[in-house]
Amino acid sequence: MTENNIDTPKDKLKVGMYWAASCGGCDISLLEIGVHILELIQIADVAFWPCAADFKYDHVASYPDEYIDVMFYNGGIRNSEQEQIARLLRQKSKSLIAYGECAVDGGIPALANLYSKKAIYDASYHSNPSIDNPEGTEPLPISECEYGELEIPEFYERVLRLKDIVPVDYEIPGCPPNAERVWEAIQAVTGGVVPLKNKAVKVASFDKSVCDECPREKNLQKIKEFKRPHEVRFEPDICLLEQGIICMGPATRSGCGAQCIKGGMPCRGCYGPSGTVEDQGTAMISAIGSLLDATTEERAKELIAQIVDPVGLFYRFSMSSSHMKGHK
Amino acid sequence: MSEEVATKETEAVPENWEPRIVGFLCYWCSYTGADSAGTARMKYPANVDIIKVMCSGRIDPELITTALSNGADGVLVAGCHIGDCHYMTGNHKTMARMPLIRQVLLDLGIEPERFRYEWISAAEGEKFTRVVREMTEQVRKLGPLNWPEILHESGVGHGRDLKPWGE
Repeated sequence: MTENNIDTPKDKLKVGMYWAASCGGCDISLLEIGVHILELIQIADVAFWPCAADFKYDHVASYPDEYIDVMFYNGGIRNSEQEQIARLLRQKSKSLIAYGECAVDGGIPALANLYSKKAIYDASYHSNPSIDNPEGTEPLPISECEYGELEIPEFYERVLRLKDIVPVDYEIPGCPPNAERVWEAIQAVTGGVVPLKNKAVKVASFDKSVCDECPREKNLQKIKEFKRPHEVRFEPDICLLEQGIICMGPATRSGCGAQCIKGGMPCRGCYGPSGTVEDQGTAMISAIGSLLDATTEERAKELIAQIVDPVGLFYRFSMSSSHMKGHK
Repeated sequence: MSEEVATKETEAVPENWEPRIVGFLCYWCSYTGADSAGTARMKYPANVDIIKVMCSGRIDPELITTALSNGADGVLVAGCHIGDCHYMTGNHKTMARMPLIRQVLLDLGIEPERFRYEWISAAEGEKFTRVVREMTEQVRKLGPLNWPEILHESGVGHGRDLKPWGE
């Protein structure tokens, strides 16, 4: 808030963090930078962070344009409130950074793009066995009640990325982003190493795939059978794909340090598509196609049929960035 | 929702609309097959835009989704028969990728008739014309894919009056 700035140097940076359609893990992951948060507070004031401090939208609206220097926006755009605030923050910020996979590629909430708004409402308010809604009430953007007209945000047909709504300067992918990389990126942006304004450049990650960071041994073995992680006890040091477990490593941007793989789980693709690839799922299909141990069409089809829910698996974090962008 | 979209699609079909199919053909077999169909003066619909690639194993599924999201109504992929690949195992990758991308397209709401893969040898000009004829008719029945329009309609900012905060 403006009155807080009286006894702080005028050139102190203003930073902020907003929480849209995401789980809230991004807000916590920003704190994962640990003691560096104290260094950040020395050079910057918090201008807006609903999760950590009491700010109202009206405070932000009262700021002059481009008042906030670095604004982190986590979460995708699921409803009209999130779109409105994205536009407001774009106006009030010099640098708007899409923080976390939901803001960058849609993330987990974007898996709902496989269904229409109607289907989502059906499941949430009508058809699920645990729902008790005899009058069939559904949320309406505007409803009448005894105190007058009530307005709630409108639920959109699909989840959009932040850059589908407003121009974004930087993108920090990951679910959640790796704290070390994030601190490097914050230092670069706040320290003037990189310009505040840019064109949706992906930072805090590397163009190469996760396989580049993966410590497991690759023996160029072909896949003889697909298994799911809970069905098998796998070898600790050998490539998971070679063992028949679908690991999104080949199609995923690196920067995480292959944490999941080191922890004994396959990569789920949370850093989004690698390099210049736009569509993560097709990149993974391409990779799997080269790995099958099949010399006949029947055998290939038999192996492919073992993959459970390919679309949900390959686009788990990047549905909003896929070429097809989800269901009609 | 799907019914509404379907009616909109049929309404939106322009009178002289022709389906547009992108055909990725491998150089050694399928493209030569299409060529032989031409040399033999076989007739087939001019709705397929052929893109020659050196091997069907080079057809990244991303090319298929790019074509469909940029206005193609259907995509045809054709390569050498299994065992005939000029590069020995190039089309083994195709035969593994294509059923998978077909499944993904299906899950994404694309009708299965809009995507087809076939093995067509250099001598099978007849088969090539048959496949193109069948596919053109199937896609014609389905109507335009209209993907960008559908996205725009259900996307954001389409005529909705969204006031800035505080007004």
